[in-house]
Amino acid sequence: MTFTKRAVAKMLGGAMLAAGLATAAAAQDKTKVGFVYVGPVGDGGWTYEHNKGRLAVEEHFGDAVETVFVESVAEGPDSERVMTQMALDGADLIFTTSFGYMDATNNVAAKFPDVKFEHATGYKRLHPNVSTYSARFYEGRAIQGHIAGKMTESNIIGYIASYPIPEVIRGINSAFIHAQKVNPDVEFKIVWAYTWFDPAKEADAAKVLIDQGADVILQHTDSTAPQAAAQEAGNVVTFGQASDMAQYAPFPRVSSIIDDWAPYYIDRVQAVMDGTWESMDTWDGIGPGMVGIGEISDAVPADVKAEALAMKASLADGSYHAFTGPLSKQDGAQFLAEGETADDGMLAGMNFYVEGIDAEIPQ
Amino acid sequence: MDLSAINPILFIAGFFVAATPLIFAAIGELVVEKTGVLNLGVEGMMILGAICGFATAVETGSPALGFVAAAVGGAGLSLLFAFLTQVMLANQVASGLALTLFGLGFSALIGQSYVGVKPPRMGDIDFGPLAEIPVFGPILLTHDFMVYFGLALVIAVWATLKFTRLGLVLRAVGENHDAAHALGYKVIRIRIAAILFGGACAGLGGAYISLIRVPQWTEGMTAGIGWIALALVVFASWKPLRVLLGAYLFGGLVQLQLNLQGAGVAIPVEYLAMSPYVITIVVLVFLSRSKSAAPGSLSRIFHASS
Repeated sequence: MTFTKRAVAKMLGGAMLAAGLATAAAAQDKTKVGFVYVGPVGDGGWTYEHNKGRLAVEEHFGDAVETVFVESVAEGPDSERVMTQMALDGADLIFTTSFGYMDATNNVAAKFPDVKFEHATGYKRLHPNVSTYSARFYEGRAIQGHIAGKMTESNIIGYIASYPIPEVIRGINSAFIHAQKVNPDVEFKIVWAYTWFDPAKEADAAKVLIDQGADVILQHTDSTAPQAAAQEAGNVVTFGQASDMAQYAPFPRVSSIIDDWAPYYIDRVQAVMDGTWESMDTWDGIGPGMVGIGEISDAVPADVKAEALAMKASLADGSYHAFTGPLSKQDGAQFLAEGETADDGMLAGMNFYVEGIDAEIPQ
Repeated sequence: MDLSAINPILFIAGFFVAATPLIFAAIGELVVEKTGVLNLGVEGMMILGAICGFATAVETGSPALGFVAAAVGGAGLSLLFAFLTQVMLANQVASGLALTLFGLGFSALIGQSYVGVKPPRMGDIDFGPLAEIPVFGPILLTHDFMVYFGLALVIAVWATLKFTRLGLVLRAVGENHDAAHALGYKVIRIRIAAILFGGACAGLGGAYISLIRVPQWTEGMTAGIGWIALALVVFASWKPLRVLLGAYLFGGLVQLQLNLQGAGVAIPVEYLAMSPYVITIVVLVFLSRSKSAAPGSLSRIFHASS
């Protein structure tokens, strides 16, 4: 009896995986595109936006493409299994959409030289069939920091961080620089959740930050749980992360950073179809539209909104860079002189806080 | 580092919210184990309760109905366990593990259309002027109904086990099922009833997470709380009031970790994450000196013929 039930549990798991790959057995002449997601497609944030990109690909190419996806794939060895399965099932192009898939993507790419791999937010391209792509989220963080610095009354801004990797640290720095610029007394409280997606933990983290006096919460995790916690608290400002999270607008969510992957995905699928695909590194920001700023709601004072939009315009046309000197590290050592801007190499490897952040990066 | 940033009153009040799912799951499991049954499926029953409660609350707009549905859902899943272990005499450890796996998968299946939905809110109980009492008021009197219900449940279980005939019968069945059988008690029936009670409690604990603590539905959102509840029963050496103490301790550790981080204290998160289990292991070592703590017939299969 026990055996039967365990078998049922196993079969159920198997059936769900199969459902994700269900469309696998269809015609071979179509271009087949696979997506590996770190969270569920309904997370309302990061994975939701990648999936919107996938749906846009389907809509754009119609019957010429076929897409498959597997959601909630753990970073690490399990992702390698999922990618291998996709490649074996005949995928021509595979998008792996989380930083932690970096090594797995390169390992699997080595085994399938004819399959193209695109890894989001990573930097390793060890094989000619691997590309990397990311968005300049830190440009959006600059705008968030500006609004946050203007709107905080307690001068305490809570930040729910995920993992101590350059992308996240860059975001914290960018937000802090611009919050401090408009509000010299501002203080950042940073909690590392060590997860991209765990609503219970994110909610707890948000509540703790609010209890400690934060009246603005920035998040670099994917769920809407911090928004719910802020709504509960009543007077706390939040920003949508990765997706618009408009269901919490106009308050607590006053604006958002939206990742718009659709144009890039369509481009890359087209390149595979045309045979022009080659390994490259793409890093686009507000200008090309990969980073969108969600509507700034009326809860933001009109002058702050105007300043934020002006900053958005200057970031978009390149007249302003989110990391413009003079800027110093925590120990006071200057890393950007007056008027100097950070190059991509420095941004990609950023592993230090800027001066004024009273915290340490966990090792 | 700035420890003054931690508001002690809110910090302690946070314990209650963090501890409530643990209290429900652990007090249910305690009753089950008191009757001599080891159900390792707590995590599975919790997560099923979480989605049953969430779905019902969303569909009906009533969080109260959601909690009722969560209890029914948890009890329903535990009925499967009861059938396997009490009627078919299957191994309890294996059945319990299967229950967890099944619960996790099945809840994900039911919950697919509820991802990203906002549930109706259950408001805090209004104690009026009492909540204004300094320190005491904000810590104890600013919570939702389920927090108090959990506390009441622990006290009710404690009183029942200690002072009533029913409690005596439950304990007799757990200590020595052959003797209880010889006295004419229906061992199987009593155990099935206890298993159902445990399932209902676990379901309530799960729904507390999805309806109040987060509040949202996500796959696997109980994230190991069911296992901590199991450890908690052992930690409490099968005593209800110690369950309460342990739940605040374990729940408090989570709060402590986040609070310390917010205050700028850099501590490795992993240590605090594993501390409930380390503490339980240490307690087990001490317990092993006195063998009397665990119910005598725990996880032994009963059949009237043996």
